[in-house]
Amino acid sequence: MYVAVKGGERAIANAHAWLAEERRGDVAVPELTVAQIREQQRLAVDRVMTEGSLYDPDLAALALKQARGDQVEAIFLLRAYRTTLTRFGATLPLETSRMTVRRRVSAIFKDVPGGQVLGPTFDYTHRLLDFTLAANGEPPAAPTAETPLADTLPGVIDVLNRESLIETEVAPQDAAPPADLTREPLRFPASRAMRLQNLARGDEGFLLALGYSTQRGYGRNHPFAGEIRFGEVTVEFEAPELGFAVELGDIELTECQMVNQFAGSKTEPPQFTRGYGTSFGHGERKAMGMALVDRALRAAELGEEVTSPAQDTEFVLYHSDNVEAQGFVQHLKLPHYVDFQSELTVIRAMRRTATQAREAALAEAAE
Amino acid sequence: MNAMTPPTIDGAGEEEGYSFAFLDEQTKRMIRRAILKAVAIPGHQIPFGSREMPLSYGWGTGGIQVTASVIGRDDTLKVIDQGADDTTNAVSIRGFFRRMTGVATTERTEDATIVQTRHRIPETKLAEGQVIVYQVPIPEPLRWLEPRETETCKMHGLAEYGAMHVKLYEDIVRFGRIETAYDYPVMVNGRYLMRPSPIPKFDNPKMDYMPALQLFGAGREKRIYAVPPYTSVKSLDFEDHPFEIERWEHTCALCGSGDSFLDEIVADDKGGHAFVCSDTDYCGQRSAEGHEGTGMPEGYLQNPPPRSGGGGRRPEGEPT
Repeated sequence: MYVAVKGGERAIANAHAWLAEERRGDVAVPELTVAQIREQQRLAVDRVMTEGSLYDPDLAALALKQARGDQVEAIFLLRAYRTTLTRFGATLPLETSRMTVRRRVSAIFKDVPGGQVLGPTFDYTHRLLDFTLAANGEPPAAPTAETPLADTLPGVIDVLNRESLIETEVAPQDAAPPADLTREPLRFPASRAMRLQNLARGDEGFLLALGYSTQRGYGRNHPFAGEIRFGEVTVEFEAPELGFAVELGDIELTECQMVNQFAGSKTEPPQFTRGYGTSFGHGERKAMGMALVDRALRAAELGEEVTSPAQDTEFVLYHSDNVEAQGFVQHLKLPHYVDFQSELTVIRAMRRTATQAREAALAEAAE
Repeated sequence: MNAMTPPTIDGAGEEEGYSFAFLDEQTKRMIRRAILKAVAIPGHQIPFGSREMPLSYGWGTGGIQVTASVIGRDDTLKVIDQGADDTTNAVSIRGFFRRMTGVATTERTEDATIVQTRHRIPETKLAEGQVIVYQVPIPEPLRWLEPRETETCKMHGLAEYGAMHVKLYEDIVRFGRIETAYDYPVMVNGRYLMRPSPIPKFDNPKMDYMPALQLFGAGREKRIYAVPPYTSVKSLDFEDHPFEIERWEHTCALCGSGDSFLDEIVADDKGGHAFVCSDTDYCGQRSAEGHEGTGMPEGYLQNPPPRSGGGGRRPEGEPT
């Protein structure tokens, strides 16, 4: 009856057609190709792959094109596609110490074996708009180092931790293989493996803000960037009928090892603890935010008092997923007029009671 | 079809490149197991591996997954939102199933074998053999009292529902009545406290000993629960404050019904309003049978003209 909130299939189809037209924009401007997005909007593609939990630069670029550049919408598209894919197995754990490094920095040692490698980073750029880009300027070729980097650079922490002042991470012996969060619901208490899965696909902005909050005193855990690395790692798969691992290919990956002060507990001596973050492609902000939150969520396990949002496992894990969050926030756009009608009925009755009470009180006062 | 093209609402028939009803058979099996468990323990929430659907979380993904798992080629599907078959999201979900299954759809409650709903139970009584699938945003009845899942699990385990009674009691003390108007908590089979989903409390009595199977799907929260046919569903209340449903001083302006849930329609920009049935199928069938209401107020605009000066292009072929 209420025309504004009801619409037939025709209205929806027309809306979709209009959306497609808006996506294309001015037809006098050449259409963007998926390859252009994949190559020139790479960091957007990387974020969509990370939070979409699917390493496929072409599909992520397509999703960005279809979503008109909206990241969360593109992530949603990629996830909805991913859910239809068949699982035929799990790869071996990535051996990031064998990463072909393009960037590797450590903030806790002045020099590290293999050197500090800045790589392609925004870090020391002056954020001045480069107007030559508006004129489609091709950049000059970057110089090549005289001596190439070592094929692999071992992890800084593992190399420089002879005194064991930083906790060593060993895979629990009796642990069952971690469950797949995209196939099974989140249950509590959540293991660290489950938490890391959740954070890895969690919203970058959410993790950034939560990580930031720990730095400002809401669950402070004294972090240092132990190592941040970005490069290519080999994905290996062991097919049961083969009995040995075969290389499937390389993927780009960012990894952050955060090192945090820890005063010790009844069972653990004072030492540095760790937080871990990772992302597909080049995503340092995400990996660092994730590492801070991972460490914050270890509060209970390390015997620290849980006082702040970033340390609250249910709060963090239930609200990190932007596809879930965008859906539930935006479902408020759906009609709610039946519930609203019920509330109207209640509020009218309550007001009637309140008015009668007031009038009765006035009448009594007048007597 | 190209698997990379996302489904749209148009088209009909079974979609190439996708399983019948979108979900793969293994997923359907997993969901059916959760449903069986839910039926075996009425009102108890069963966690399940909710999938990412091509529709948004919060827009019916739980109900869609439940429907997709129980629907067969011989089924007839009805989808409503706010009681109406023609609300946009109902149209979208019905279109999704028509496209992914090719099954027959209907607006007539009595002709449907499966009714997927958001926020209403049809006025027409459901019968044995029918299934009603509710879309659920928040499955946990104790959530507003206790935000932690670990705690609410314990409370259900111990049937420790005092907090909810206290909440309702506090309402009575403060307002003289229970102010919950929709999603009014119910006790199922005398054991589990359950959210009926955000239906108006007007619909709660329909759940009690309903001959149809009632299934509830919460996609984002990854829970399924159920009420088997002919199971006790009691709305919480107190001896001296018995449960009551909404009543109107009006009847439906279109079909004259005095016992259906009425929507308030703003009829003009001068404060004029009218009441009509929220259940469009029920209202339409009554009108077809010759029942008449008082009619819509004069000046009611069935199709208001587009706002002037709003700008914006209109796609070709859009009705004016």
